[in-house]
Amino acid sequence: MILKGKVHKFGDNISTDLIAPGRFFHLRNNLPELAKHTLEDADPEFVEKVRRGDFIVAGKNFGMGSSREHAPTIIKLCGVGAILAKSFARIFFRNAINVGMPVLECETEKIAQGDELEIDLIKGTIRNRKKKLELRFHPLPQVMLNILRDGGLVEHIRKHGGFQL
Amino acid sequence: MGKTISEKIITSRLGKEVIAGDIVIVPVDLCMVQDGTGPLAIKQLRKLIRNEASSESDREVNYKIFAPEKTFIFLDHAAPSPRKELSNVHRELRDFARQTKANLSEIGEGISHQRLVESFVNPGDIIIGADSHTCTSGALAAFATGMGSTDVAVVMATGKTWLKVPQTLLINVEGAFPKGVYAKDLILYIIGMLGADGANYRALEFAGHTVENMSVSGRLTLCNMAVEAGAKVGLVGSDGLTRAYLKEMGRENRYREIKADKDAKYERIFEIDASKLEPVIACPETPDNVKPISQVKKQNINIDQVFIGTCTNGRIEDLRIVAEILEGRKCATGTRLVVAPASRQVYLQALREGIFEILVEAGATILNPGCGPCVGIQGGILADNEKCLSTGNRNFKGRMGNPNSEIYLSSPATAAWTAIKGKISNPREII
Repeated sequence: MILKGKVHKFGDNISTDLIAPGRFFHLRNNLPELAKHTLEDADPEFVEKVRRGDFIVAGKNFGMGSSREHAPTIIKLCGVGAILAKSFARIFFRNAINVGMPVLECETEKIAQGDELEIDLIKGTIRNRKKKLELRFHPLPQVMLNILRDGGLVEHIRKHGGFQL
Repeated sequence: MGKTISEKIITSRLGKEVIAGDIVIVPVDLCMVQDGTGPLAIKQLRKLIRNEASSESDREVNYKIFAPEKTFIFLDHAAPSPRKELSNVHRELRDFARQTKANLSEIGEGISHQRLVESFVNPGDIIIGADSHTCTSGALAAFATGMGSTDVAVVMATGKTWLKVPQTLLINVEGAFPKGVYAKDLILYIIGMLGADGANYRALEFAGHTVENMSVSGRLTLCNMAVEAGAKVGLVGSDGLTRAYLKEMGRENRYREIKADKDAKYERIFEIDASKLEPVIACPETPDNVKPISQVKKQNINIDQVFIGTCTNGRIEDLRIVAEILEGRKCATGTRLVVAPASRQVYLQALREGIFEILVEAGATILNPGCGPCVGIQGGILADNEKCLSTGNRNFKGRMGNPNSEIYLSSPATAAWTAIKGKISNPREII
């Protein structure tokens, strides 16, 4: 499966408070409305700029803090194809897989704002043709790969009647 | 081979040997959602049981959950509701609890994590909560970890979850705290040392004489903030103090001793001398941006609002320290003091001890039990360019409802003395 898109670059320690701010707590039952504020406190123009299939690329510890699953969910609603980071906070990583949002751990220093990337989820490669750059991402643990392939945890459980480790 | 606390609890619940790194499916003793994460969990549960339901509309779904007596719904984040959207969320959660017979903790009963340790958590339990501070219960030697709404929906439906048995970092603390230094200063110091992702995926085990001599209240503060270093769980072995706490809460019969083996295998061991610590402040905008108060004080940071409360530091022991400092004094002009007890039990005890009279006379505004302004929904949202000193656990940009404000974190003693002085001040000046 090949994903193609443009890069929106962020730094280290992007918290779920930055992705889905608490002041929009009342919109959590209205995800399309909440999605209009995705990452607003990190980049106020993100929602206007992002296009379907684009990538979020960040430093370390992406998604730290609150367990709010609304964070990966609204990123997905914005059409983001994958999130690439040097590392992810544990709960965010798990939530992203559960809602079917690809999260890839890789070295992100050489990726810049506006770069165009091609990602092969099966081969585990990230390519930037213009810059002749090829990176590899760490493969997911089998259990998470199974969940992601089924389209998320709910679909996984419905399909198999339980966890397939 | 010796086992860590995590390995012991999971081995015991599974009835087969596990070691760090194993991926296992475990039975869950208690699961919870709150008013921020509950509606999404219900939505996912609806999808999970769609086969059996005649219609997808909310009213007609016949929710079945695996173990209603082990399922908890807390109305604590937006309690009481400040706006109609959230009133509707509360109604949805109340209806769900009524239909499924899950436990409902109403507005005013308090913060989920405090309510759980007061009344429901026992050593050796596996606890999954749709709230990152679920790790608080590790202070009673329970394997308690935060996940998202979908994971908890699956626990509600099946009674199980999957997890990786974590590697453990041992934090061994020896020595007595100097005056004015508390469990909060210790955990902030540890987070500063490890970094905001320093314990990602790991368990943090707190041990050593300082922790053995620490009240359960202090242990709860330590475990509560384990997630601020990225940890999956924060754990303290159970002992006589755990037993005494359970006895006080009316369930001594649920006590079990769970301690790490002497030859347990740790990924890394950190030694801390508590007697060398001083009060510390976590400066904006991450909890690992920790500085000694002597250094921060020099910057003359004026504070517009002091907030004392939260699942980190809203317990009776915290309020007693605050009352001692505030008694006979007044908050500085230009500095507001907002206090929210962590639970109704704490609230009642503070009333009985006359603590609120002291705080109110000093100028404090007392909120109902709950998360209060820590989550940026109500009860003291900051104005643009304001600075807040909070006893909470997070100082991320926008955390308290306004991205154009700044949050500093400290112990209750530092917070109380700062309310009197109007700028970040060292509680050692009066303790």
